[in-house]
Amino acid sequence: MAGSTLTIKDLHVAIDGKEILKGVNLEVKGGEFHAIMGPNGTGKSTLSSAIMGHPKYEVTQGSIFLDGKDVLEMEVDERAQAGLFLAMQYPSEISGVTNADFLRSAINARREEGDEIPLMQFIKKMDKTMEFLEMDINMAQRYLNEGFSGGEKKRNEILQLMMIEPKIAILDEIDSGLDIDALKVVSKGINSMRNSDFGCLIITHYQRLLNYITPDYVHVMMNGRVVKSGGPELATRLEAEGYDWIKQELGIEDEEAVEVE
Amino acid sequence: MTLQTQYPFDKGFVESYAVSNGEPEWFKNLRLNALEKFEVLPMPNPDKTKIEKWDLISFKQHTAEDQSIAAIDALPEKVKALIDVEAGLKNLYIQQNQTPSFLSVTEDLKQQGVIFTDILTAVKEHGELVQKYFMTDGVKVDEHRLTAFHAALVNGGAFLYIPKNVEVKEPIQSIFIHSNADAPLINHVLIVADDNSSVTYVENYISLQDEAEGIANIITEVLALTNARVTFGAVDTLAHGVTTYVNRRGYAGRDARIEWALGLMNDGNTISENVTNLVGDGSVGDTKSVVVGRGDQKQNFTTKVVHFGKNSEGFILKHGVMKDSASSVFNGIGKIEHGATKANAQQESRVLMLSEKARGDANPILLIDEDDVMAGHAASVGRVDPIQLYYLMSRGIPKVEAERLVIHGFLAPVVNQLPIEGVKKQLSEVIERKVK
Repeated sequence: MAGSTLTIKDLHVAIDGKEILKGVNLEVKGGEFHAIMGPNGTGKSTLSSAIMGHPKYEVTQGSIFLDGKDVLEMEVDERAQAGLFLAMQYPSEISGVTNADFLRSAINARREEGDEIPLMQFIKKMDKTMEFLEMDINMAQRYLNEGFSGGEKKRNEILQLMMIEPKIAILDEIDSGLDIDALKVVSKGINSMRNSDFGCLIITHYQRLLNYITPDYVHVMMNGRVVKSGGPELATRLEAEGYDWIKQELGIEDEEAVEVE
Repeated sequence: MTLQTQYPFDKGFVESYAVSNGEPEWFKNLRLNALEKFEVLPMPNPDKTKIEKWDLISFKQHTAEDQSIAAIDALPEKVKALIDVEAGLKNLYIQQNQTPSFLSVTEDLKQQGVIFTDILTAVKEHGELVQKYFMTDGVKVDEHRLTAFHAALVNGGAFLYIPKNVEVKEPIQSIFIHSNADAPLINHVLIVADDNSSVTYVENYISLQDEAEGIANIITEVLALTNARVTFGAVDTLAHGVTTYVNRRGYAGRDARIEWALGLMNDGNTISENVTNLVGDGSVGDTKSVVVGRGDQKQNFTTKVVHFGKNSEGFILKHGVMKDSASSVFNGIGKIEHGATKANAQQESRVLMLSEKARGDANPILLIDEDDVMAGHAASVGRVDPIQLYYLMSRGIPKVEAERLVIHGFLAPVVNQLPIEGVKKQLSEVIERKVK
């Protein structure tokens, strides 16, 4: 069997004591591209943060397994080393640490001591990948995300994805704030990763991204749950008709509206 | 009734020391006048640090003699690592305790009139120049008890003079080695960059002992005259047993520029003062300093840029890392005098705390006596940002390594600016060792 399997069962997640995810079930396998769509504030980003182990998110119930290993028992770096990757919506800026040094540390963290990636090999790979993503070559020596524009940060996340070559990647709103040219480049990067060993979970609330990356599965999240799953045609219908028809079909009331009453 | 403390030096002692060095009359008199002032002046009063109980004055013997160095190979590894030996010895002064033990100046610089020698030789051989600039426009003898102490008892240091219109491309380096803690390091470095000249100078203070108690009293004066440019780097690594007063003062004439990159890595209690007086119109002072405090050491770092000149620009950057039960005060002062229109005073002080018991205090101060100016400051004291760590760890980097990256990044502004590879590497290694 090729690739890894990420299995999420009945996942409940709270932030500052408030429950955001209320039982998410999802399985992503190597070779599959999944898209998660949904209105703002329905827990899409919470799901990605919980999978990676963001310190502010507390898993209160349920499980996450990667190839049978309990992800929730792992530290953040162990999750990454096990094969998970999260392209973040708001990447941190780290002053004084160059993009190149950071990436080399990330790659070497996956290798045994004494078996570090040869410098020339690293530089070649980085140059090639940056060229592919149409990035200014000087960005290798700039401090990690410091002073990067929104678009540059997103490209830099994809650069890391391509350099690190994880088994399962989660892309959290990788398309937000991108102009059409940048969106094409970012999509090109993601598509270049497609093979039977690589699984991807794409979180977005714009159907636009899915014009460039065709998902195998589309899931709709509302009120902290996956409420509907289907193929790429589901995304097309959402684009045309919005989310109201799903709410009506499933009898979902807007949570905020409930609170107001 | 006052209590008279006995010091191991008096008028006769100072006089005979001056005579034994063959110092000119004016310098001997400067020492003797300073000694009189020493007896009456108060100690400095570093803001928010109590130094009443610090011993900054006692010593067992005034000087310690050492051998001169025949070959660089004979130096301890720790010292050799600071020198770019492969690039060939160019302009380098090494002082062991109070002995000027090695000096190299390229023919090229000599021919252009550049003077680089130890301070006590300079007093004799370049008296006119030294007399004009020694503790006149930079630090004054009578500022407080420690400046007077310094002038009376100065026993080492270096003098560097760059004549008008001379641009020195290669960095000039001094290494001051303190291996005998019984003898105090009372070091004076005087750098004069005459009109339209430029120079890069780097100094290292290094201890070869650890716990032995001693004192260091260091004054560095950097005078950048009209349109001159001085790039100054320093890495201080004096030992735990050494109590240090270090004063680095800049004077910038019209359109002159002084850039400081200071790695303040002493392990003992330290008072560090770095003041840049922007006297001339259009002058620029840029001060970057990084600090790591560890163990039980107490330190006070005052960085000040004073604007007298119109359109003068001052930048202060201070980054400190505090661990164990170290405690430090960071005073950043931007002062704009009346008449310094269009001056720009900016500063940033940040302290990273690595332990519960460490203390760090960042005090940004702006003193402005002119309306038409720009000024700004940023200050913060905090821990390593957990979100930054999360981001790095999400790429597979273990927590310890992620913290290391953030801390090194935080201290990078000075490391990156040091012009000598060996010194850059040394500072990185010192940081590595200290934050571990």
